[in-house]
Amino acid sequence: MNGGPVARLDNMTKKNGAAGPQGNKRGNNLVVPGDDLGDSEGFEAGHGVLEMSGRLKALKQGRLREKGRLISIEPVHTRYIPRPGDLVIGFIEGCTNNLWFIELGAPFNAILPMSLGPGKVDFGGTRSVMDIGDAVLCRVQEVEETHSSVVTMKGMGLRKIRSGVVEEIDPHLLGKIIGKGGETLRRMKAETECRIVVADNGRMWIDGELDGILDVRNRLSEISRDSRGGRN
Amino acid sequence: MGGYGEVQMIDENGIRADGRGPGDIRPITIETGVVPVADGSCRMTWGTNEAIVAVYGPMEAHPRKIQRQDRAVLDVAYNMAPFSTTDRMRPGFNRRSREVSKVTQDALESVVLLELYPRSKIRISIEIVSAEAGTRCVGLTAASVALADAGIPMMDLVVSVASGKINDVVVCDLNKEEDNYGEADLPMGIMPNSGELVFLQMDGDLSQDEFKQAWEYNMDAAQEIHKLMVEALNGGDTQ
Repeated sequence: MNGGPVARLDNMTKKNGAAGPQGNKRGNNLVVPGDDLGDSEGFEAGHGVLEMSGRLKALKQGRLREKGRLISIEPVHTRYIPRPGDLVIGFIEGCTNNLWFIELGAPFNAILPMSLGPGKVDFGGTRSVMDIGDAVLCRVQEVEETHSSVVTMKGMGLRKIRSGVVEEIDPHLLGKIIGKGGETLRRMKAETECRIVVADNGRMWIDGELDGILDVRNRLSEISRDSRGGRN
Repeated sequence: MGGYGEVQMIDENGIRADGRGPGDIRPITIETGVVPVADGSCRMTWGTNEAIVAVYGPMEAHPRKIQRQDRAVLDVAYNMAPFSTTDRMRPGFNRRSREVSKVTQDALESVVLLELYPRSKIRISIEIVSAEAGTRCVGLTAASVALADAGIPMMDLVVSVASGKINDVVVCDLNKEEDNYGEADLPMGIMPNSGELVFLQMDGDLSQDEFKQAWEYNMDAAQEIHKLMVEALNGGDTQ
């Protein structure tokens, strides 16, 4: 998952003069909940890290990341949690007269209001434009504190998906698929002659010739199999 | 309890029937990622106990009336498989499994950062596949590993371990005979990094000194088990 400096509940410790992990767990990359990450003096608590009485503490199991003064944990395995700006692929799960409910693989469904939908939609006509079960490429516009989110389809390339297939993969494997600077993904696109859109919620839209799609699928399942020794 | 005083379970050298010393625990293995469809899972064997725990979530809490606007709710189900004991367990919930589910839920609620996931539910299923003694400890310990495996934020892991009294001697981690014919049992849920308790029960009577001794055995065992949990969580990963 890519993470900009988004206001998230878990880095709202707000005592920033922080500083970090001195010694102990720093060299060892993997941490588990409860691990002491050292003195908080001069460091900032990021995702999955809590600052408590002058010490930093791990809240999640995962890899420790240091970006300047920011100490965060990249979970090894986790559910997708929407963040504003994420490109996502969702499935329509319900409609009312003026909005769609979109399933993103997150704990809660997102809503897509008519005003942010594709083109012009008449009141009551939501279902004739995009029906239940349709896949859409959209962007997360807003996430409330209660985890309800709003997605939008206004923007470059955002659309209803009419061709190709949507594949699902664990969000934490996305980095592996994309590679350094997008290298692995670029190679996969070139070799399979497919159009591939990787969304932040762990879904991928693959479009192209049937052989190419099958090829991509095989590669994906190989990547899944390699991580965690056969899990997923 | 206490009516079985003539059953000799520990000799004058402090060696127990199964060859352990008073402070020794039974062998433990922990494995994560054993349920592929779950968000997090764990299999733990502890002596001849075996538990499989699967964690799902956070997800939207249903029905709506169980939702809390300011925090997530935990849904813990502890269950013993019909084949887990020598005489067949009747399938389904019973008085005991409800009690264990409840205390496990209370223990986990104090470590999981529920307020980060308002209106959500986290489902934890604890299935006891093979039961000897101390299944609630196995279930709780394995549940905390499965939660960590699911990437759920927690203040600490929970190690649960029991000590008790047999033939007037305090010993750690009772096995089946010691649990059945012993005089007391003290299961504890411990946060290994801070030494705080999230769970404490006592069955039978212990004097103040005996209680202190049992407490110390549990605390020491917790550190030992915590190492295995960390290894299971961090070791099962690629790279």
